[in-house]
Amino acid sequence: MIERSPIFDAISYGVMILGLMLVLLPFWITFVAGSQSIQEVTQVPINLWPSSHLLENLQAAWDRADLGPKMLNSFLVASGVTIGKIVLASLSAFAIVFFNFRARMVCFWLIFMTLMLPLEVRIVPTYAIAANALQPLQVLLDVTGISWLIQTLSGVQVSLEWNLLNSYPGMILPLVATATGTFLYRQFFMTIPDELVEASKMDGSGPLRFFWEVLIPLSRTNMLALATIMFVSSWNQYLWPLLITTDRATYGTVVMQLKALIPDPTGLPDWNVTMAGALIIMLPPLLVVAFMQRWFVRGLISKDK
Amino acid sequence: MERRAFYRNGTLPWLLIGPQLLLVLVFFYWPTSQALYWAFTLEQPWGGGNTWVGWDNFAAIFRDSEYWTVVGRSTFYATVTTLLSMAVALTLAVFADRALKGTKLFQSVYVWPYAIAAPAAGVAFRFIFAPESGLIGAINQMWPGIWNPAINGWQALGMVIVCHAWLGIGYNFIFFLAALQMIPRSLSEAGAMDGARPFRRMMDLQLPLIAPTVFFLLIMNLISSFTDSFGLIDTMTEGGPFGSTEVMVYKIYFDGFKGFDYSGAAAQSIVLMLLVIALTIIQFTWVEKRVHYH
Repeated sequence: MIERSPIFDAISYGVMILGLMLVLLPFWITFVAGSQSIQEVTQVPINLWPSSHLLENLQAAWDRADLGPKMLNSFLVASGVTIGKIVLASLSAFAIVFFNFRARMVCFWLIFMTLMLPLEVRIVPTYAIAANALQPLQVLLDVTGISWLIQTLSGVQVSLEWNLLNSYPGMILPLVATATGTFLYRQFFMTIPDELVEASKMDGSGPLRFFWEVLIPLSRTNMLALATIMFVSSWNQYLWPLLITTDRATYGTVVMQLKALIPDPTGLPDWNVTMAGALIIMLPPLLVVAFMQRWFVRGLISKDK
Repeated sequence: MERRAFYRNGTLPWLLIGPQLLLVLVFFYWPTSQALYWAFTLEQPWGGGNTWVGWDNFAAIFRDSEYWTVVGRSTFYATVTTLLSMAVALTLAVFADRALKGTKLFQSVYVWPYAIAAPAAGVAFRFIFAPESGLIGAINQMWPGIWNPAINGWQALGMVIVCHAWLGIGYNFIFFLAALQMIPRSLSEAGAMDGARPFRRMMDLQLPLIAPTVFFLLIMNLISSFTDSFGLIDTMTEGGPFGSTEVMVYKIYFDGFKGFDYSGAAAQSIVLMLLVIALTIIQFTWVEKRVHYH
């Protein structure tokens, strides 16, 4: 504190408390409405104090939206994306930063360019590729005449197909195919001094050993940050899983179920159950962010800047 | 800093980078080029592949006055969302930066909206704004029928914008606070010595110094509010009432997956892609400038 200014301090607290209310209001209302009975939740104006029906509403929402298996799916997809991202990003950043091969910068730009276009703007063609992930290979074979060659030689028609609709790879892989993590790891690897590389070379360790025993332990903070960001963003995905899963019962995620929880305009307005469901669904990423705050804030800032 | 110590190996780097490259090629470059292909071709209704139609698909969407309405609406949506969210986050960050007692608690709560899935916030705000429920809807008791986003398009759009802006507070706050904390303490102290009161220092010292962050966030917010609104709109209004909350992303989804008009949707995707690329390029050229400036 530079000087004493009690009046300005009071104003500061006032603004911060207003801000706190603004940020917390939706959470509070979700919680309060989720704890009320249907009579209480339909009251106008509503009572902004929690009531005693939280557990039964949670139970009702859990059953209605079939949240058990959906939770499992959400966890599988979110951890798949998180782990896949960390592994691929650290490996490719390692190759880009510590190896001097000819196409190094081309590879870097190929990967880096993907930051430009979010999945939402190329959703239609990405959907088409998910319907057959081997289509590029097929086209390649057709164009180069290899499939014609195979067909005339062996009589077998080449038609490759790998359908990713309604599958975990389909929900996970397109989300892994971005540059966020690669960029984050690259930024960190750039700060590793040359001396460290030379010392480890002199000790006779090869590149993989250097990666595993020096870089990975050093980049632990980095990894936690990336894990938090990726877990939250993949848990919260909506449009992509909605498209890629037609079999909602088996492959649906919790976030997709939110819409099913909204009361029908002509039916019973049981918003209390809806809100209890929303509470369950928003909790896991919120907990992750609350606990990992220190790390992920640092990672987020170094990623985007 | 240029690195001097490298590993030399012919195949290993390719093995390391291979999986990522493969994924990027299959799930990024292929679909993006596919979108280009569709945008310039038209699928035959009875099968038989696509025929080249040049700029026809673009001409078709540009001729459509409804498309321009959607573009205009998206621009309005993105601008208001961005300004609202940044203004709130900046205000909070400026005051939370004052290191008063207990600010740590405030700081950690302000980040929370970052963790929330857009559709979850959408459902919560839909309840808050529902005309029949007891929050905003309570004013209908005083003036019956004054608030109903299910009928009134502007109210529906406003409700979605407020929710989107709320979701952005956490992200924006993180960046604003980090930027403010990067300002050397000595500068504020010097300002105080010269007799500048706290409010004065905020306006004339801190705000100009974090201008780069303001610009960075401006672009990031614009991009995300142009592209990332699907989850909100789908849970809150489904584009209604009467299409009054239909924005570009929603129209692409609707034309592509409900209308099966791949060529039209692809042409719209290309337009949106160009918009996002343009915003990114503005940011990059500007970042370049900043590097020289310092």
